[in-house]
Amino acid sequence: MANTTAAGGRFIEAETNSVSARRSFIGRSLIWLAVCAFALVVALQTLDATGLWRLGFENWRPTLYAYGLFCVLLCSGIVLARGERGWRALFLLPAALFTVAVAIFPTLFGLSIAFTDWNLSSVSGQKFNGIENLVQLVHDPFYINALLNMIYYVCAVLFEYAIAFCLALLLNADVKARKFWRVTFLLPFMLSPVAVSWMIGKSMLETRFGPVSRFVRWIGVQTPSFFGDPVWAKIWIEAMDAWVSIPFVMILLLAGLQALPKEVQEAAKVDGAGPWQGFWQITFPLMLPVSVTAIVIRMIFKLKLADIVINVTSGGPGGATDTVSSFIYREYRDRSNVGYGTMLAMVYLVIIVVFVTILLNVLSRSMRRMT
Amino acid sequence: MTAATTASLASDDARAAVRRHIRSRLATIGIYAALVIWAFVSLFPIYWTLTTTMKVAKDVQLGHLIPWVDFQPSWLGWRGLGLSPDTWASTSTVRDEFILRFTNSVVVGFGASALAVILGSLAAYGLSRFEYKFLWMRNRDISFFFLSQLILPPVVLALPFLVLYKELALLDTHFGLIMLYTLTVLPIVIWIMKDQFDTIPNELDEAAQVDGLGPWGTFLRIVLPIALPGMVAAFILSLILCWNEYFFAALLTSTDAKTLPVLVASQTGSQGINWWTMAAVSTAAIMPLVVVGVLLERYIIKGLTAGSVK
Repeated sequence: MANTTAAGGRFIEAETNSVSARRSFIGRSLIWLAVCAFALVVALQTLDATGLWRLGFENWRPTLYAYGLFCVLLCSGIVLARGERGWRALFLLPAALFTVAVAIFPTLFGLSIAFTDWNLSSVSGQKFNGIENLVQLVHDPFYINALLNMIYYVCAVLFEYAIAFCLALLLNADVKARKFWRVTFLLPFMLSPVAVSWMIGKSMLETRFGPVSRFVRWIGVQTPSFFGDPVWAKIWIEAMDAWVSIPFVMILLLAGLQALPKEVQEAAKVDGAGPWQGFWQITFPLMLPVSVTAIVIRMIFKLKLADIVINVTSGGPGGATDTVSSFIYREYRDRSNVGYGTMLAMVYLVIIVVFVTILLNVLSRSMRRMT
Repeated sequence: MTAATTASLASDDARAAVRRHIRSRLATIGIYAALVIWAFVSLFPIYWTLTTTMKVAKDVQLGHLIPWVDFQPSWLGWRGLGLSPDTWASTSTVRDEFILRFTNSVVVGFGASALAVILGSLAAYGLSRFEYKFLWMRNRDISFFFLSQLILPPVVLALPFLVLYKELALLDTHFGLIMLYTLTVLPIVIWIMKDQFDTIPNELDEAAQVDGLGPWGTFLRIVLPIALPGMVAAFILSLILCWNEYFFAALLTSTDAKTLPVLVASQTGSQGINWWTMAAVSTAAIMPLVVVGVLLERYIIKGLTAGSVK
């Protein structure tokens, strides 16, 4: 008894008192040094950039180096100042500092661009214009059109899910050479959307010589035009994206199916329930959590859809296949309109965050009600 | 019970058994038919691209499909790239260009995946083992902070990065692309690795600590070797995503750091391009990953399913 308390006491002592005052002081000074050095470089560069004090910096590289130094000093300072706890924090710090520099800062920087009139190809440079971009955005029929298209694309995830579920059931059935089928079905996921754009969009769907056009003509359609008609263009773009991404959903669902307890499935068969009933009453409800995960992840990825649209239709015909990403891409490529383009992207981000939050809330609430 | 009814019952049973047998046969046939159909859907575009690299104009126009039966394969597409056996020895600017893009893709892909796996594994181990508190954020919030980066669409970062990289003189550099690609795959790596570390029992760590290893010693010597398969899975998945990434590469590179997808895309834009050369470019772009997919399928599935099945 006395032994354990002594050990416990020593343990607490080690936790709290492992760093000497001297070491802690050096550590804390290092942190302050890091902050000051970084702030100094940023201040100097800002002065130089605004033209208040010409120092002859060629670019903002020094700030980048200063940030690197700041990270190193900060990490070593924390380890010195906090001992064991510092070592623990060191696991998380690199990723956090990286994310702050590469995701948080650019996003905030983007916000500051979004409210300016800034065309990279014009000489006038950046000009603050308040909410003018926002007003222009609301009256931009092409942007609204792209947003509406995103609704279609996101809803199409449910079709991908249905097909993927069928495939997962097939792979989960008692079939020979299961590994061969699994590898085969997984392959499209490996391919680059850009290559797929050519392989399917430009080559197989080519109206004169493509194998699909040949097949369609053979069925009796005289003049196949896959990307001329808005409705068909939408369907074909979605089909290509589905081809690439169905394997991903399928693998998630297959893992879910394989994790189901075998007795449950056996029970379904013995009860005399047909395979159809057995599926809807037992397998499908049990698979709901995995299904929801798969669909949500897939929807999040779908919201980034751009490559195939950019390379196959450039959003045409008449914006029928445009996604928000491909529209903003062209807005920049054709007009170098950085200010307006960033505003479009920021509004899209807000819409996505709201959508995903609502989606997750509704889902978690309904899941809770069901279980 | 008369003998007649028993006999009819028995024959009923037999008939039911036959019916069940036929039904299960039909089901089996149906399953295999569906498997073959989808295998065809999955493989035909790849097959079509592969064979088109060896077709001359006539074969393309006539829609010939099967080499040696329908048409006589030639090295046409590969010759255009300077990669056919007869052009292999001679110098070719097209080939040099292609090899440069290929190397760029390799450098950027491997660099970003390695960086992401290092940063992500460290963070995931920390989040899985220790209690953190930063301002109001605890472990759950910090995990969510990292994972929420997944929602961020590339288009939000693209234009700010264009401006920032211009100021930092990082446009068209490997370093710039590696930073961005690391960011895009970091949440996925953290997700996979956190799942991986959570399955390794904490007792191992405690035993190592008793032996006098600090948190880093425990991590490097004890936990890391066990978590290696997970790291391989995360690395391969990152590699696939980086290799195929097009959006950032198209906006942020022009001559030096241009990657393979950008090369493929720039060829599709031009009208009247040789189909066979285009097919060869596409094939060369997808083949490394097809090989990876066939050989390392186990790891890819491990990476994809991490944390989703609980």
